[in-house]
Amino acid sequence: MMIKEWFKSGSPWVWLNAAAVSTCIILVVGLLLLVAVRGLGHFWPADIIEYSYTEDGKQTFIVGELIDTSIMPAKMAKESGYTLKDNTDTLVQHLIKTGNRDISGMDFRWIQQQNIQSERHPDEMIAIERREWGNFYGRLVSVKENGKVIATGEKAWPVVQQRIEQALEIFEEIEYLQKKEIGAINHKLERLRLKQKSLELKGKWTDEAIKEQAQQKAELDKEYKGYEEQLAVLYKQIRRDSLVAKESTGTELEIPLESVVHVIRPNSMNVFTKIMQYFIKFGEFVSEDPREANTEGGIFPAIFGTVMMVMLMAVIVTPFGVIAAVYLREYAKQGFTTRLIRIAVNNLAGVPSIVYGVFGLGFFVYILGGNIDELFFPESAPAPVFGTPGLLWASLTLALLTLPVVIVSTEEGLSRVPKSIREGSLALGATKVETLWRTVLPMASPAMMTGLILAVARAAGEVAPLMLVGVVKLAPTLPLDGNFPFLHLDRKFMHLGFHIYDVGFQSPNVEAARPLVYATSLLLVMVIIGLNMFAISIRNNLREKFRALEGM
Amino acid sequence: MTEQKTHAIDMSSIANATQSNNEATDTCIKIDNLNLHYGEKQALFNVNMEMPRKKVTAYIGPSGCGKSTLLRSINRMNDLVDSAKIDGKILLNGEDIYDKSVNVADLRRRVGMVFQKPNPFPKSIYENVAYGLRIQGVNDRRTLDETVEKSLRGAALWDEVKDRLQDNALGMSGGQQQRLVIARAIAIEPEVMLLDEPASALDPISTLKIEELIHELKEKYTIVIVTHNMQQAARVSDYTAFMYMGELIEFGATNDLFTNPTKKQTEDYITGRYG
Repeated sequence: MMIKEWFKSGSPWVWLNAAAVSTCIILVVGLLLLVAVRGLGHFWPADIIEYSYTEDGKQTFIVGELIDTSIMPAKMAKESGYTLKDNTDTLVQHLIKTGNRDISGMDFRWIQQQNIQSERHPDEMIAIERREWGNFYGRLVSVKENGKVIATGEKAWPVVQQRIEQALEIFEEIEYLQKKEIGAINHKLERLRLKQKSLELKGKWTDEAIKEQAQQKAELDKEYKGYEEQLAVLYKQIRRDSLVAKESTGTELEIPLESVVHVIRPNSMNVFTKIMQYFIKFGEFVSEDPREANTEGGIFPAIFGTVMMVMLMAVIVTPFGVIAAVYLREYAKQGFTTRLIRIAVNNLAGVPSIVYGVFGLGFFVYILGGNIDELFFPESAPAPVFGTPGLLWASLTLALLTLPVVIVSTEEGLSRVPKSIREGSLALGATKVETLWRTVLPMASPAMMTGLILAVARAAGEVAPLMLVGVVKLAPTLPLDGNFPFLHLDRKFMHLGFHIYDVGFQSPNVEAARPLVYATSLLLVMVIIGLNMFAISIRNNLREKFRALEGM
Repeated sequence: MTEQKTHAIDMSSIANATQSNNEATDTCIKIDNLNLHYGEKQALFNVNMEMPRKKVTAYIGPSGCGKSTLLRSINRMNDLVDSAKIDGKILLNGEDIYDKSVNVADLRRRVGMVFQKPNPFPKSIYENVAYGLRIQGVNDRRTLDETVEKSLRGAALWDEVKDRLQDNALGMSGGQQQRLVIARAIAIEPEVMLLDEPASALDPISTLKIEELIHELKEKYTIVIVTHNMQQAARVSDYTAFMYMGELIEFGATNDLFTNPTKKQTEDYITGRYG
């Protein structure tokens, strides 16, 4: 009887609902937490530990960062071929990031707890982040200028810091010259070449044109020479200094400052400087180009590409979706045909995204892009301009993919605009179009934004179709730059989703890539949240403005 | 039938004042043999009526008798219903409004309408009143300002809202909203105002205000009002039409119709025996 009463009261269902909701929340929070902890930990300047280690009866030193620890039951360990000392029931192993890939050939290794004699955290240990070969861990020996030693031992440390700052400044200058100035000249030269070809094709390659071309080319060449000289000077400056460091085994290595990003002594840093360093590293991750097959450096091009592509997609999909929905809801005669169209639109939302990718490649890239090339860019043949995967086609493909969402929610919004409001407008002598423009569409705009939010969320996370229509592992240039026509819709671009896949599965250095996979995932989630927040805030503004819908 | 009606109007003019005597013959809207079908179902049967200029004509009758349908035929709001089919004529100043050459938007500019539930647009008070003018392409700030003030004064709302013209109209009370809708309608200076139960969603005080407003408005406009409330019809109207089941049962001066109905159905209805 009691139980029956309890069921009748409805409280079991309330409990069930609460349980379902809390499961969802726990899953979401857990997911974000896992990704955040794994990803963000990567940027923390960890202590460098010096282990004295016995290996095959020999005494060695192993220097590096402790990354991970695994514990294995003794029985399993024995079956796997490990030799254990007596009286232990577990085999404890540590994953050490030893760096120095250029010397030892590998930068991660597992060591066994039972073979560790002692561990120390020597203050003078330095960690060098290099542009090539990954990190270096060891002790600073001396600093050299033009091959001559200028400081050794403890005195070398402040000198190194100062010289590196100089070197970084010069490096930035070199980067700027190479990417911006020389990049622009190359762009202009390429345009000249295309112009020549197009004039040749038209048969207008006259003596006058040749002369003009040659003059322009000479000017550009002169400019280029100037930059080259500047570069030579800078290179000479940056190659002047180098540092010598000693590895754990005693091998000395000379590292030119040109290839150094950071030198730190994490063991002697306090919490405050560590936090500073953390944010510097995180900032670099967000704002710089990737290095070393994407396993190091930043992911800025991927963030930029993702945001750019999503925005372009939103710009394309919104007018299309809204116009289609307005026609379907306001003008088309409601009947069998419109119902059929609605069913078709709804089903489009269920088509696997890779199919859109195939369609995009087949239709947009090859047919549309191929024809555009033939018509407008005959001079660049055989190199395709739009007849190859690129930003425009990726955005168009995703716009097609998200079109149903926008249509459905816009229609929903239009149908929620009360009849009384429409009649009120018509009764004042407005035509149907005027009523639509001035009253109905503004009132339906929050619903359109809802559609756009869903579209953005879906598009930003989509990877499969993009692999076919424009995303690449490494794009040499951003789709937006200072060279005419500024927005290069034909360029290939990088994408966070694809970057995760690439780093996680195509990377030669698995251990180094793992934290980056998490960090990139976290950033992807943050980018999507950011884009959504932006759209949601617009929608809430609109809702506030047109809240008539609630009361009617 | 027509003669009978003319007779009724003459009677009323005696009852009212000598002033209305001249205007009584000035017909603004003439409904001529109007039949209306919603699909298979016929909603109006052979309605004939002549509504005089600058007078208030009230339509009364039980729910579903076709009075709203008749009202909405006068500014062709029924065009919006796909299944509606109309034959017969409605003459506004002698012109058939269902003629092919008539521009519906123009017609609705001349025949304003106020609905049962206040339906202000989710815009500012100012923009609500200026809506009709903006549609006609008027964007001159001065003209708009003047018209908005004049219309709000005309709707007895100016003093209440003059300090918050840029506020959202949806923040007003129901009664204010309904007067705003009236102001919106008179801003485009129509000839005829159609009021579809304008006070049915309002409290008694707001209702009173609307009724006072109707008294003032009839000096400038021909008004047709649909109402459920017979006291209201008696209070505000000069002429009353009683409708039942899609037919016009009786039409005459309000005083006559309420004191001395010629048809038994009318008498039954106004004495509260049914409906």
